[in-house]
Amino acid sequence: MSLTEKDVNHVARLARLALTPAERANALGQLGRILEHIQALAKYDVTDVPPTSHVVPLANVWREDKAAAFANPESILANAPDREDVYFKVKKVIE
Amino acid sequence: MSAVHGLTAREIARRVRARELKAVDVARAFLDRAKALDPKFKVFLCLTEEAALAQARGVDDRIARGEDPGPLAGVPVAIKDNLCVTGTRTTCASKILENFTANYDATVIEKLRAAGAVFLGKTNLDEFAMGSSTENSAYFTTRNPWDPSRVPGGSSGGSAAAVAARLAPVSLGSDTGGSIRQPAALCGVVGLKPTYGRVSRFGLVAFASSLDQIGPFSTDVADAALVLGVIAGPDPKDSTSAPVPVPDFSKALARGVKGLRVGLPREYFIDGMDPAVEKAVREAVKTLESLGAQVVEISLPHTDAGLSVYYILAPSEASANLARFDGVRYGHRSPRAENLLQQYELSRDEGFGPEVKRRILLGTYALSSGYYDAYYLKAQKVRTLIKRDFDKAFESVDIIATPTSPTAAFKAGEKSNDPLQMYLSDVFTISCNLAGVPGLSLPCGFTAENLPVGLQLLGKPFDEETLLAAAAAYEKATAWVRTPPLAV
Repeated sequence: MSLTEKDVNHVARLARLALTPAERANALGQLGRILEHIQALAKYDVTDVPPTSHVVPLANVWREDKAAAFANPESILANAPDREDVYFKVKKVIE
Repeated sequence: MSAVHGLTAREIARRVRARELKAVDVARAFLDRAKALDPKFKVFLCLTEEAALAQARGVDDRIARGEDPGPLAGVPVAIKDNLCVTGTRTTCASKILENFTANYDATVIEKLRAAGAVFLGKTNLDEFAMGSSTENSAYFTTRNPWDPSRVPGGSSGGSAAAVAARLAPVSLGSDTGGSIRQPAALCGVVGLKPTYGRVSRFGLVAFASSLDQIGPFSTDVADAALVLGVIAGPDPKDSTSAPVPVPDFSKALARGVKGLRVGLPREYFIDGMDPAVEKAVREAVKTLESLGAQVVEISLPHTDAGLSVYYILAPSEASANLARFDGVRYGHRSPRAENLLQQYELSRDEGFGPEVKRRILLGTYALSSGYYDAYYLKAQKVRTLIKRDFDKAFESVDIIATPTSPTAAFKAGEKSNDPLQMYLSDVFTISCNLAGVPGLSLPCGFTAENLPVGLQLLGKPFDEETLLAAAAAYEKATAWVRTPPLAV
């Protein structure tokens, strides 16, 4: 599976990264090399081997669904790039 | 009396509790030292002088009132800048978070605070902890205190260098594929990655959630045990923190290694590793043997798959975790955007550095439709094989000894243009995260160029005690804990 320019464009859009033309060309070469290295996994037979997503054998961990007050909501809004009152402000979403 | 910066965390806390030292004087001494030496080593992204002095005064006030501020009374701690400290800028060494101020404490920070610690400031790292040299920091490269033309390792390079240069007695880092142990080795200090789940990750900016773990840097093993004891334990705010009791790690230090079975995996002595590193590590193993340990050659047959598995799983998890940086609620927002999609795409492109983008792309690719089975799922299955290697090895040995890194500290710029070469410097530390076991690096010698070499010890899950006991016994029998000449 060699990486194509089309793949890079597709993945960049999925990842929401604009990327300049130079970055795209660079990504093609570098990701291609890394993926080539990763092909080494092909030699391992994993028939009947279950995947490990997590090493600690924990099942669902439950807690009570109870709301707690946050001490300083203003400190959250203070990090906003743009705001109005107690709202985060963004560009118009629906035309 | 020796200068304050030469004291261990234990000794500082003892003196502060015994009213022999004032916490505020300790804080001032370390802040002054940091201000004088940091231009040379570039450890700190920011020093939080006022907050540190206020915290120290709080400790002194409690002592004056007859209260005990805790086991880290007045101990200055340097914090990797991917951990949230209320009211302090938390940048992850990224431009995307340049103006982000944390509004809550990470659980480890809360615990350190409650134990009387004093936060000196935030240390440099590879952006979002992705890297092995701190050269991926969007701000500057930290310098190795043993040779400023070399890197301190990474990603927790700032925290490792801070302790090596005695700008802080202890510090916190995070380790996803070796980011505590590798810089500890390259800087000649002790670095501990606890068992996955031992320490709450709440308030650590997530990189790869199934691999990330927070741990301490220190000048000696006993200080690592002390700090681990403070930060460990289950946390309702992190559902992956394990409901396992926290033992008294400091008590385990005197156990020694008599009868301890130490495994030496043949796959960890590879072509291309620095002969000086191999020699130091083999001698260290002989030392353990002379102390009464029983050394057994073992095999971890899937070791060579570790790097490939890691560079699929970690970027995949990162691509999901870093989706939150979209310029909506915090972080950089591009002024060039004309609509919401552009706001996402341009803000992220302008805010993230090249290595972070590379990993996001790699992870997104591995998770994308049509490739998921071949990459992500396959890697998860091979991860199982790697974990089984460790399970099997630990049936016949108590700990595993390996080099921490194939080489000592490399020159700044030497690997920064070749991502794959850089990734290879993590070859010995990665499997530990994939298997979730605890790992510790401690100094075990020096190369001809006077650069420190690290010995890595790996333990059974939730058996940090044996790991610390073996490390403490080795440390006691040797004299590799040294201060770099430049930082005296």
